[in-house]
Amino acid sequence: MRTSSLRKVFLGLLGLAVFILVWKLITDAKLVSPIFFPSPERTLASLIKGLSGGALLGQTLETVQRMLLGWLLASLVGIMLGALIGVSRRARAFIAPTLELLRPLPASAMIPIAIAFLGFSNPMVLVVIAFGALWPMLLATIHGFAAMEPRLYEVSAVLGLTRLQTIWKLALPSAMPMILASLRLGLTISLILAIVGEMLASRDGLGQSILLASRSFRSADLFAGIVILGAIGLVGSRLLSLAEARLLRWQATR
Amino acid sequence: MRSVLKTSWRAALLPVVVIVVAQIAATATQLESDSLASPIDIVAAFFAVLTDGSLLRATADTLMAAFCGCVLGVGAGSLIGIVLGLFRLADDSLDLTIELLRPVPVVALIPVVMMLLGFGARMEIVIIALGLLWPSIVLARAAVREVEPRLMEVSAVLMLGFSARLTKIVLPAIVPQLFMSLKLAAGYALVVAVTVEITANPFGLGYGIMMAQQALRPAEMFAYLLWIGAIGWLISLLLNAAQRRVLPAFAKGDAR
Repeated sequence: MRTSSLRKVFLGLLGLAVFILVWKLITDAKLVSPIFFPSPERTLASLIKGLSGGALLGQTLETVQRMLLGWLLASLVGIMLGALIGVSRRARAFIAPTLELLRPLPASAMIPIAIAFLGFSNPMVLVVIAFGALWPMLLATIHGFAAMEPRLYEVSAVLGLTRLQTIWKLALPSAMPMILASLRLGLTISLILAIVGEMLASRDGLGQSILLASRSFRSADLFAGIVILGAIGLVGSRLLSLAEARLLRWQATR
Repeated sequence: MRSVLKTSWRAALLPVVVIVVAQIAATATQLESDSLASPIDIVAAFFAVLTDGSLLRATADTLMAAFCGCVLGVGAGSLIGIVLGLFRLADDSLDLTIELLRPVPVVALIPVVMMLLGFGARMEIVIIALGLLWPSIVLARAAVREVEPRLMEVSAVLMLGFSARLTKIVLPAIVPQLFMSLKLAAGYALVVAVTVEITANPFGLGYGIMMAQQALRPAEMFAYLLWIGAIGWLISLLLNAAQRRVLPAFAKGDAR
């Protein structure tokens, strides 16, 4: 077991090294013009320069902050609304079909609507992020509540629990796996919409920064921005996976 | 029958109430707005863009780009995924690289592809395909790994060559999962297409809704929004129906 995972790490690093080498060979041979496609060294240099005193660090913080704010807003509203709708069979019957109907609507299609109401502003970007990330959490919470063991609802009736207690003590824990999975999806959506929002509304952040870099053909800066965006996505989803594993420990022992 | 009727009127109640209330509010306040429109105006705007052909042209552009991107992305991704699922060595050596590239948000690639290809359908197709590549790789790889090991033993015993093993054993076994992957991808392709159009590409439905907003025609903007929603909904409906048709046959053949 140990040796096989060691082999995997070794091969993985080797694969990454080959990937970077191929990238370097392509750029060194000028198969693609360096104006469009920077070499790995130039990307790294631009990354280091941008993060140590350059503009990149501030822009990264802007984007991460925007993403997290929108995501938190969406999570709070989504789970609360979802719990209120999900706990009542009647509310589910009336509201869930409309929500399902709206689900395939691309979140980005709401951007023009948000612009019409709020203009090109920070609140507009935040609303777009929160609205887009809301759906997975709202629907996951409703589905999680609907899928709860019916006997648990009977138990809550027998114990004379109030609706709030039922939500807090029985329904939320049992819907937790679905909600946690949707939180991760929501974070991905938040990052995407944060970038799109910054590009469109010219708000400070990585989205605007990479768009400007591409317009002025600063390809090294562009790739450095993309590397950071990838890192944000990676770290975010890894952290949530960890949280998921911790919070769902009880499931394994069931 | 009565229960169907009951669930459907319950389902329809909320949208109907919202539309009626919106219309009453708009009529009562004699709405004149750059951002809101009454339902009747929205319907009128919908028929206006429908009859002058701009809506259908935009729809065709968007769907064409989404379709091509979907075929390219899912095709290439599934192929890579199958190879990775079959060859442990390739999988182990590429796993880390894929895990590092996968979280890069697809919209971050818009500036790169824009710089390389300019605006137009090609750029959009490439972005959609890139966005669908990773999930397709992961799903196909998982599907190949879950192929009944005995089938693989059979192929070893029969001394099938690589292509025979691929076409006779692996592909038939993973068709249901590939279809699932295609289904997920189709919905996602539309989302990416509209996002690219809204963000950068002067083309298709996303551009249409953006133009309607910038021309301060809210009725047209909402008409586009509802139409985009309807298309997304129709695509998922069609694919679900196709899945129900195609998959039961496989489910029966699968009975082990």
